[in-house]
Amino acid sequence: MRDDGEDARNAAEAVARQSYGKLVALLAARMRDVAEAEDALSEAFAAALGDWPKGGVPASPEAWLITEARRKMIDGARRRRSRQDGVDHLRLIADELEAAAAQQTHIPDHRLALMFACAHPAIDPRTRAPLILQTILGFDAATIASAFLVSPATMGQRLVRAKSKIREAGIPFRVPERSELQDRLAAVLEAMYAAFAEGWCDPAGTEIRRRNLAEEAIWLGRLLVSLLPDEPEALGLLALMLYAEARRGARRSPQGDYVPLADQDPASWNTSLIEEAEALLLRAGQRGMLGRYQLEAALQSAHVVRRVTGSSDWSAVERIYEALWEITGSLVVAINRAIALAETRGPAAGLAALDALMDNVALAEYQPYWAARAGLLARTGARDAADQAYERAIGLEPDPAVRRFLEQCRMELVG
Amino acid sequence: MKYMLLIYGNEAGQQAASKADTDRMMAAYRAYTEALQKAGVLAGADRLQGSTSATTVRVTNGKTNVLDGPYAETKEQLGGYYMIDVPDLDAALSWAGRCPGASHGVVEVRPIWAM
Repeated sequence: MRDDGEDARNAAEAVARQSYGKLVALLAARMRDVAEAEDALSEAFAAALGDWPKGGVPASPEAWLITEARRKMIDGARRRRSRQDGVDHLRLIADELEAAAAQQTHIPDHRLALMFACAHPAIDPRTRAPLILQTILGFDAATIASAFLVSPATMGQRLVRAKSKIREAGIPFRVPERSELQDRLAAVLEAMYAAFAEGWCDPAGTEIRRRNLAEEAIWLGRLLVSLLPDEPEALGLLALMLYAEARRGARRSPQGDYVPLADQDPASWNTSLIEEAEALLLRAGQRGMLGRYQLEAALQSAHVVRRVTGSSDWSAVERIYEALWEITGSLVVAINRAIALAETRGPAAGLAALDALMDNVALAEYQPYWAARAGLLARTGARDAADQAYERAIGLEPDPAVRRFLEQCRMELVG
Repeated sequence: MKYMLLIYGNEAGQQAASKADTDRMMAAYRAYTEALQKAGVLAGADRLQGSTSATTVRVTNGKTNVLDGPYAETKEQLGGYYMIDVPDLDAALSWAGRCPGASHGVVEVRPIWAM
């Protein structure tokens, strides 16, 4: 015997997973009211769970939910009495008629426009990634808060504030014009990458919420590429995330010890993700418009080539860091460039490059600088200096697995 | 939607400007106002007298306090406004960016409360 309740629940869950953002985007687009769209949609889902077991799952569950949610929004507008709401009410009814006329066979996809609204320059940068996760994927504030390491109350406030800003300031739901697309797209990509990075920094994969966040960011990346198939940086970001994801498990030994990239067993990398990433990167390269994400993906590519050739392509790595340095001027990039130099021209050249950074005060608190320095000093035979540098690196590292690894390196100096 | 573009600038700097610079600035504002008019989005605009002419009033416990000077003593002072009627924030921001005040001080963009 079929369990109709279960069927209905499964159908509702499938729609929620696949189409949540699409439904929110459609409901919120006209009035720019994300919060109201989310409320109406959650009521519609609740109604579906009551209705579908009795009447059966409708032919187009998405259309059913849209109609139901619009009805809730019209009811809401009717209950309120202000003049603006009167106007809103008429617009909603117009939407309703329009949808009925279209036979509800095709649900337009406004998710890209919604993403651009969430990552609008007028929105607080810290809130852009959380807002995309909530509106496109339906994450609740508590889950997002735990992933971004802020209190649920704070995250909740930020999200509410951002949604009011969209409504009150009149932030449009639209894909920017060609002339401003690059700048605005950068904010969308940055938000997506921030979500991925939050998930990626749980290497042991013990925190389910964080791991899911990396997977969800990849899902968003795939969505973005499907909506903007010709944007090289969108392709580059997806490639970058896939390369990183392919090596997720390899970052820790079965005992939970930190395994640096150079010591990772290529057999433990996910080949199909790497191949997908390579294909995306190639596609991005054909557009002839280089950018940060493509370069970072190319970097990953130069490292994972080891699975075929047995070693990283260090001269490519050096060149890419050179190009990244031109674009970002970031300290992290400068340190990595020095490490690449040590591979292509010897540890003394790497050390000289690190020495050139010494004036920067931020380095005093930056673990990778001291770890890189220690490693290079050890290779030049300067044991005492290496020992001191390892000590500083260990003192700055919060992750116990990485600390153990550095302590091991330091002990090997003596032997 | 209607938006107010609030123009904040450094008054001391403006007073110290040469006659030629002041004329150039006035011409830039005239051109900007005209562009808003031609685009059919202008809903109002005014320039304010300097903040030294400001008087601040506050009623506490039924007692009216009148103080000489602007509400907040800041380096940049409110010097004027444009009210525009455009479809959305992006349109408002793009007009704000063309305002001469944005190059000399800052322009704050605020949506009008719809009654």
